[in-house]
Amino acid sequence: MARSHKPVVWGLFAAGGTASAFLVPVLAITLGFAVPLGLLSPTDLSFDRVYSIVSHPLGRLVLFGYMTVCFWHAAHRTRTTAHDVGLHNDRVTMIVCYGAAGLSTVLAALFLLSL
Amino acid sequence: MNNAPYIRPMPASWWLRQGRYVRYMIREATCLFVGLHALVLLVGVYRLSQGREAFEAFLEALWSPAGQLISAAILIMAVIHSVTWFNLTPKAMPLWIGEKQAPGWIIVAAHYGGWFVVSVIVLLLAGGLS
Amino acid sequence: MSARQITLEVLRYRPESESEPVFQSYSVPCQKEWVVLDALNYVKDNLDRTLSFRWSCHMAVCGSCGMVINDNPMLSCKAFLRDLPDHIRVEPLQNFPIERDLMVSLDDFMDKLKSVKPYLIPKQPTADPDGTYKQSSAQLKKFKPFAMCINCMACYSVCPQYGLNDGFAGPAALALAHRYNADSRDQGRRAREDVVASNTGIWECTFVGACSEVCPKNVDPAAAIQQTKIASTVDYFKDLLMPSGRKIAHPEGDTT
Ligand code: SF4
Repeated sequence: MARSHKPVVWGLFAAGGTASAFLVPVLAITLGFAVPLGLLSPTDLSFDRVYSIVSHPLGRLVLFGYMTVCFWHAAHRTRTTAHDVGLHNDRVTMIVCYGAAGLSTVLAALFLLSL
Repeated sequence: MNNAPYIRPMPASWWLRQGRYVRYMIREATCLFVGLHALVLLVGVYRLSQGREAFEAFLEALWSPAGQLISAAILIMAVIHSVTWFNLTPKAMPLWIGEKQAPGWIIVAAHYGGWFVVSVIVLLLAGGLS
Repeated sequence: MSARQITLEVLRYRPESESEPVFQSYSVPCQKEWVVLDALNYVKDNLDRTLSFRWSCHMAVCGSCGMVINDNPMLSCKAFLRDLPDHIRVEPLQNFPIERDLMVSLDDFMDKLKSVKPYLIPKQPTADPDGTYKQSSAQLKKFKPFAMCINCMACYSVCPQYGLNDGFAGPAALALAHRYNADSRDQGRRAREDVVASNTGIWECTFVGACSEVCPKNVDPAAAIQQTKIASTVDYFKDLLMPSGRKIAHPEGDTT
């Protein structure tokens, strides 16, 4: 038996699980409900303001890191859950899940760099 | 006739048989909504890179009834994720104070406290500290 | 003393005459303070001598009377009738081959226990003239809860990952590995790694957590496994950065 390389994806899974546990609820509220509910004013999410925050080097870096770990968290858990519900061809599941996460990561980098 | 030891089959629906397994599956399913949330961000950044009009159209879609439904689903499942994730932290990261293991609720409470603080900070930052 | 009439519905498997298990019901007059094992013994003594089940100590230390009682794996000697309804379903432990009635095959579990090297692997023999390895009570506390396992296999019975993949080392074996890894006298973590940190070791676990809920000895295998995952991840990245580190920390010279 050999030592597994799972620590790589598991590390991303755990980092994503922690980051998303802290941030998804508040971000979902901020982006999805805060303005319609009047919690924030429309200018808070105006193009100029959001652009200046996201295109700031720190903004790009944080957002990239956050999106990446979220994607890999979702991909890894989806993979193990697929196995749980009876999809036992783990190789196919792995290629689909990690492929989607990898592609999303690359797209995130490209979009953020194009700002 | 002498049969071999009997191996009971495990049906694919095993997780429907007990409450604890159903709760586990719901917990695991939250990851789809964490992924969906990151995809929303990805689309948002893409639309942002396309300019003002594209970004405003993105926000409009996000605030439409359908968009709000998606946000609500993300929010509900994300809260389930946060709660289940934080509640399990003492098992993964036990805290030793001197010779004693700190009770698990301290670690859980610290995470809930941090969650609250982070949420308030994000909202304040989004509102331009107003 | 009035007896309480209880219906025991027992899953039976007689390999010489049956190709699959069937339920059989017994009506048992039970005393108030009885446990399920007492009711089974009543059946064996008075109603049906052919019923087979394992037990030994009747005091929750031998670990041999584990069975599934109303969907939960427990020690039948610790399952008090006063906590149970009048109709009790008794089945052998899940996820193991049934040999006969309530007795399951132990072979796979024994192999798993052995595979994690569940003994002290010190770096070098003790310098202590009386040949002992000294340990403080604080050091003992770090692993004591994980040393309480009585090998009842209840945790395997509720572990879906073991049910889905019987190659998985499983909760008790991995908790036992953690028990030695966390022992101050032991330096065998790297020697256990080939089994513990393999794809059929800790990485097969998805933290369902049921093992810890049912353990009659509060061992908390789920905690042991998550802590091992974190330690193994740290080891993995350490070894990537400093590839030479692994050999030195490999006391048994175990390279297989
Ligand atoms: S860890 Fe607990 S449930 Fe598992 S075999 Fe040991 S005593 Fe039984």
